[in-house]
Amino acid sequence: MSTDRRPLLLMSPALLWLFGLMVVPCLLILVLAFFRRGIYGGIEYTWTFENIALVFDPLYFQIFMKSAGIAGLSAAIACVLGYAAAYAIAAMPRRNQPLLLFFAVLPFWSNYLVRTYAWIVLLNREGLIVNFARWLGFEGELPSMLYTEQAVVIGLVYNYLPFVILSCYAPLSRLNSEVTEASLDLGASRWTTFRRIVLPMTVPGLATGFVFVFVLSIGNFVTPALLGGGQFQMIGNLVYAQFLTANDWPFGAALSMVLILVMLGLLMVQAVVAERASGARSENG
Amino acid sequence: MVDRTTFRLMLLILGVVFAFLYIPISVLVGLSFNEGGLPTAWTGFSVKWYAALLANDDILHAAGNTLVVALFSTVLATVLGTLLAIGVEIRRRNGKWLETVIFAPMIIPDIVLAIALLSFFSLLGVKMGLHTIIVSHVVFNLAFVCAVVRARLKSFDWSIVEASTDLGAPVLTTLRRVVVPVLMPAIIAGALLAFTLSVDEFIIAFFTAGAGRSSITLPMQIYAMIRFGVTPEINALATIVMSVSVCALALSQRLNKGGLPGQ
Repeated sequence: MSTDRRPLLLMSPALLWLFGLMVVPCLLILVLAFFRRGIYGGIEYTWTFENIALVFDPLYFQIFMKSAGIAGLSAAIACVLGYAAAYAIAAMPRRNQPLLLFFAVLPFWSNYLVRTYAWIVLLNREGLIVNFARWLGFEGELPSMLYTEQAVVIGLVYNYLPFVILSCYAPLSRLNSEVTEASLDLGASRWTTFRRIVLPMTVPGLATGFVFVFVLSIGNFVTPALLGGGQFQMIGNLVYAQFLTANDWPFGAALSMVLILVMLGLLMVQAVVAERASGARSENG
Repeated sequence: MVDRTTFRLMLLILGVVFAFLYIPISVLVGLSFNEGGLPTAWTGFSVKWYAALLANDDILHAAGNTLVVALFSTVLATVLGTLLAIGVEIRRRNGKWLETVIFAPMIIPDIVLAIALLSFFSLLGVKMGLHTIIVSHVVFNLAFVCAVVRARLKSFDWSIVEASTDLGAPVLTTLRRVVVPVLMPAIIAGALLAFTLSVDEFIIAFFTAGAGRSSITLPMQIYAMIRFGVTPEINALATIVMSVSVCALALSQRLNKGGLPGQ
């Protein structure tokens, strides 16, 4: 009996902390989404589905779709670049791999704002890229690259690329070279070997990378605010505005709730992909 | 293993990706030492922008706040996260819900946790300030400390605990004299990671800091400055903030070879 309780005793302070300051506040958001907004911005404690319905109002739903589009594009680009980089790292001599991986991931752990700001320095009207173009001999007015949708996508890809490299490297480094060699020896081309052997066995890493970049991007408000300019709105900015300027907390909570549901749905998809891949692996083995 | 052309192609890919990752931040660091401060021309090496930072009271105040937040939340998270990790690993058979609760702080979007905590604090009528930022940072920090320490515990030899218990040591003594010393490198690595995360964290701090400028942290100050425009001071400040994170992370990595979450 006592041996059973001791670990719980060790865990309880942290679990209480997480319960009180994560589980309860998140449940509060779920409840808040079904309350009415008070006339002066407070919360009126009567049940309503209006907030949820408002999320699907064309005006807001369109922002949702745009956010999903930008998040999807960023995740796709990050996956292509990240997979290629992870593949290249895994092809290097084994003893060099940890160091390469460390340097690939290092920027991920430095300040997010600073990394985003670096792109303002590069992209702005008097920034480095414009100056570089002038130096190359481009004349006249160059189109502003900052405060565009493309700038937001670049920023998101830049910030989350290391994550994809990390998640793709794990399965790629575990890949047994005998399997690919067997495929090549049996006459399959390099491309076929990649498409039929390497990719299916490493797709869980890719799925994890995609889902994480997508989730982190769709709820992001810093990158759209800094690289998209003041007019640019994604879901994160909309949530931000409901809580800090528009003072419509129930609607902000409803938006967050949908965000959480999208996240949970994607994580479930990712779990299914991982399970299928491991099933396929054991069938092959 | 791979032929020459493929190997060259791989090197090319690595070159492109590393250039993409490092050119933007290198430009920032370079410009922070540019005397003229503008990206248009290099007018000579200077540390005057760093000197300007030291004369800026707002920045010093924000840096002080950040240090307070990071130190307190790191200490709390390290104690809670380490105990959690030990408990979880002794228990072994943990339900799925438990693993989810421990994993959730690392993946939950910042903005969701931020508004959840803001609503929670204001409904309870808690006056917000540095203390609310600290307790909020502990939420995700303890999860990261727990992950690092658990990774180390996977290769922990539990027989030394049995030996200690058999020799009559009380539980707390075994924990203090046997388990914690063995785990120390991982605990310090986790603490350094937590410290970096806390120093860099912006969104949750922004939402739980309360009104007014008294509890503004460095990332909040940087955000305000960036929105105002590109200045040489930000370049210098960004370089300092980045160096702190990189040093803490490199140290953490060194202490705990390959034990960072996800690696």
